[in-house]
Amino acid sequence: MQETLVRLKARYWPDHLLGEILSKRWTETAIPVIVLIVVAFALSGLIDNFFTPAALSDTARQAGEVGFVVLGMALVVIVGGIDLSVGSMFALCDFCALYCLNILNWPVPAVVVATVVCGALLGAVNGFLIGYLRLRAFITTLITLIIYRSAYDLLLFGNSVKIASALPDFPSWDFIGMGNVFGIPSVALVYLIVAIFGHIFMTRMRPGWHITAIGGSRRSAYNSGIAVRRTIALCYVASGALTATGALFFAARLGTVGGDVGVGLEVTVLTATVLGGITLGGGNGSVAKALAGTLIVLLVTNGLTTLGVRGGFNRMVLASILLVAAIVDIRWLKNRTRIISKVYVSPTYHFLPPPPSTEVGKGGPFEQNDKLRDVTLIGEGRIEAPEDVILDRHDNLYAGSRHGDIIRFLAPDYQTMEVYAHIGGQPLGMAFDRQDNLYCCIGGMGLYRITPDRKIEKATDETNRSLYSVNDDSRLRLADDLDIADDGRIFFSEATVRYEMHEWPVDGLEARGNGRIICYDPNKGTTHTVLRGLKFPNGICIASDGQSILFAETFGCSIKRYWFDGPNKGKVEVVMDNLPGYPDNINLASDGNYWLALVGMRSPALDLAWRMPGFRKRMGKRLPVDEWLFPNINTGCVVKFNEKGEILESFWDLKGVNHPMITSMREHRGHLYLGGISNNRIGRYKLANADPDFVQYDRRWGKQS
Amino acid sequence: MKLKRLGQQEVVFAIFAVLFAVFAIFLPGFATTDNMLTLLQNVAVLGILGLAMALIVIGRGIDISLIAALAVPPGLVLQMVQDGYSLPVSMAAAVALALVFGLVNGWLIAYAEVPSLFATLATGIFLAGFGQAVLFKLDVVQWSTGMSGFEHLGQGTVLGIPTSIVAFAVICIVVALLLRQTRIGAYFYAIGDNPYGARVTGIPSRPIIVLQYVLAALIGCFAGFVLAASVNSMPTRIFNSTLIYDVILVVVLGGIGLSGGRGGVVNVIIGTLLIGTMLNGMTIMDISYSGQNLIKGMVLLVSVVVDSFLNPRNEETAQQGDI
Repeated sequence: MQETLVRLKARYWPDHLLGEILSKRWTETAIPVIVLIVVAFALSGLIDNFFTPAALSDTARQAGEVGFVVLGMALVVIVGGIDLSVGSMFALCDFCALYCLNILNWPVPAVVVATVVCGALLGAVNGFLIGYLRLRAFITTLITLIIYRSAYDLLLFGNSVKIASALPDFPSWDFIGMGNVFGIPSVALVYLIVAIFGHIFMTRMRPGWHITAIGGSRRSAYNSGIAVRRTIALCYVASGALTATGALFFAARLGTVGGDVGVGLEVTVLTATVLGGITLGGGNGSVAKALAGTLIVLLVTNGLTTLGVRGGFNRMVLASILLVAAIVDIRWLKNRTRIISKVYVSPTYHFLPPPPSTEVGKGGPFEQNDKLRDVTLIGEGRIEAPEDVILDRHDNLYAGSRHGDIIRFLAPDYQTMEVYAHIGGQPLGMAFDRQDNLYCCIGGMGLYRITPDRKIEKATDETNRSLYSVNDDSRLRLADDLDIADDGRIFFSEATVRYEMHEWPVDGLEARGNGRIICYDPNKGTTHTVLRGLKFPNGICIASDGQSILFAETFGCSIKRYWFDGPNKGKVEVVMDNLPGYPDNINLASDGNYWLALVGMRSPALDLAWRMPGFRKRMGKRLPVDEWLFPNINTGCVVKFNEKGEILESFWDLKGVNHPMITSMREHRGHLYLGGISNNRIGRYKLANADPDFVQYDRRWGKQS
Repeated sequence: MKLKRLGQQEVVFAIFAVLFAVFAIFLPGFATTDNMLTLLQNVAVLGILGLAMALIVIGRGIDISLIAALAVPPGLVLQMVQDGYSLPVSMAAAVALALVFGLVNGWLIAYAEVPSLFATLATGIFLAGFGQAVLFKLDVVQWSTGMSGFEHLGQGTVLGIPTSIVAFAVICIVVALLLRQTRIGAYFYAIGDNPYGARVTGIPSRPIIVLQYVLAALIGCFAGFVLAASVNSMPTRIFNSTLIYDVILVVVLGGIGLSGGRGGVVNVIIGTLLIGTMLNGMTIMDISYSGQNLIKGMVLLVSVVVDSFLNPRNEETAQQGDI
């Protein structure tokens, strides 16, 4: 009863989604956006007419003006600095605009240009000091804050009356201040354009990436050749120019130069920046975050003003929000990877009946024996991690290696060894096609092809993205084994979409159906996923009818058959289940049956643990990785089976010296060649009663003349 | 080589001497006893704040919230006395407020790991807003009769020396003893010199950082008492002024590098004298408030630039995100 509940929960409760969602970068933007929505709802409940068009348009105008300044601040914070002088710059630019317009009587376009240039120059002072002289950003902009403010006060002293008395009448100026385009305030429209450009700039363009890189690690950015000082300086210039843009709209809207213009603006802007989730210290931030932060701060301050609280409360609320946001941001940044690694592993319920016996003397097809004791060894100590082995029509032997090489042993004695091709990654399953191209699944890279003249070509490294998955599963993470249909289509397995190659034991701990089978069509160059939700699909072999594949599910301990063509198209059928070990590669035998490697044997402890997801979750959280229960892969065997699911024969190495583990085997001219991913050798076993002329790819594709 | 031996404090002292001499010769009314006493009195509060800031800066931090600590707890004393509480009770409440404030600052910086500049900027605004919204009825908290006797702290004399100067001297001695004679003082320098190194060595760096901010808040509160006693009120709007920049100016000009681990009380005294002289001279010359700020800002800028050349930031121990 209890187990049924566990099973149902594991089946229907999407436990694994939490870790996947948290590991998405956009969750960091989602949090401020959720806060924004909550704040908006709370305020609209408290205040009448909060969401009338007039109020919204007013908020939009303010948001646009402050928003420009926040964009500038965001840029500077992302590059690893801070700009406290924005308030004073805002005031000076406001003054500049009104002075040019009201006293110098310049035309409006000239005023716009002059104001932006003024802001850029003020920012350039900061940029020079911080970028080139490498002063501390905080203290430097604190000083320029005082200097600019004093300059503003001094300028104001002589000119405020003159500015206030002039009443300029330019329609274009009024349009900047109060105009609408299709009901959208002009400032919001310009902000939108700038924001969209800013987003593209930060995410898709080289300078934007440089900015993020410098904020992330200044020294590394310098070492990789980025012009750190110039980029930082330019960020401050941009901050100045953006502040000037905000001030321009402010000037056009209100047309005043008061003593308090821009006072305390830096705190508002900084709060918006941090609240949006832009990390102090740099390297992390986006335009969307800046926008969310701006809106939250404006809604809160406007809401408080409307509610009529005293000025001091306003300050307290702003400071508290600022502090809480900063703490959350800092703690989250520090612990993010740790939290994600704790919740990412989400074990599920996996039931297996007691396995068939393998004990000596008990009989049965899996009865242990010592047939593999006396295999001859090829390349002992010279090759590492030959997951799969394959022989070509000329009897040469190929195997992958840990170093990303395809190694070739030359016939007839297999003593001469050479690097046939260097691809990288971890070469796993291999197969020859009709033209003698060697296709190879590369863990961590995808499906690759080596032409007979040893040219390496990428066949595919991505498939269609599943519609409902949170993780982007379009890239291939762990392509494992393949076989090729008569029409050239290649079916290959991807063991897991949730983990990287080296994390495969964690996938075993999870025992979830994370794997899939993918079809690559070299004639059309297309790739698509044909089967999903498989428990570590591994070996693949075309069945005798040419319309179906046999595939092994390693942690499902079963062999299944999938029809990709013919009357049964789309059908999946279990051939064998409840194997005593974890099946790996499947290959053709000379008598029309199939070879299957069992990479490791099941143990009662893990079988039990697989039925207890909660236990494994606690284990994953509380124990160091090397003390987790993993599927064992240090002993195994080779079996021969037929399409009816009967085990015909098994081959063991009880001593465990020559072949501690086996992941793959190929029959060739009366011998069986054995590979194992943790071995440093390839085994060669003389088969009794086997066809001495059997060459797999001669039979598969027809003998070449 | 010789020039390098001549440290910043000697240079600053020489500048002070020259400036003083120039003012004394060219500014009528500068070199009078009255003006000297005014200068010293004005400078006393700045100097005490400078000592508080020095404690923090030596530990590689900065405390922007000092002015809030200066304004709000002493303002609370005046307000409470006005409302009928006795002076000792009010003082205790104020000291407790400063203590809590320092603890919050220290916790944010040492345990929550918020950058000190940022944390104190926010807490300062919070405390000022708290005072404005909750504690005080008016922006300038007025003197009341219950405060009588307290004004001696700012206006009286001890052996002919104004009390505020004596207070400055006492705090100087206390801080000097703390920094030079106690283990905790040595820890301050160690943390400022290399925070990670200090932590690895086994110094309880987090509690020590909290202690720094608590001490700074208490000293700031004391400076506020002196200020309130000398002007017979607490103008809480002082928070909006540029006083904090003067304090940073004192520390940086005096030769306590912002990168931490260097300097001591002598540097604060020299910095205070220079700034005091400068401000006093500018006041006599009748330069406007904004003009004074402009000049101060320029001087501060130059001194920060020079500081960055004399005490370059240690890139090995500088934190990522150390803004």
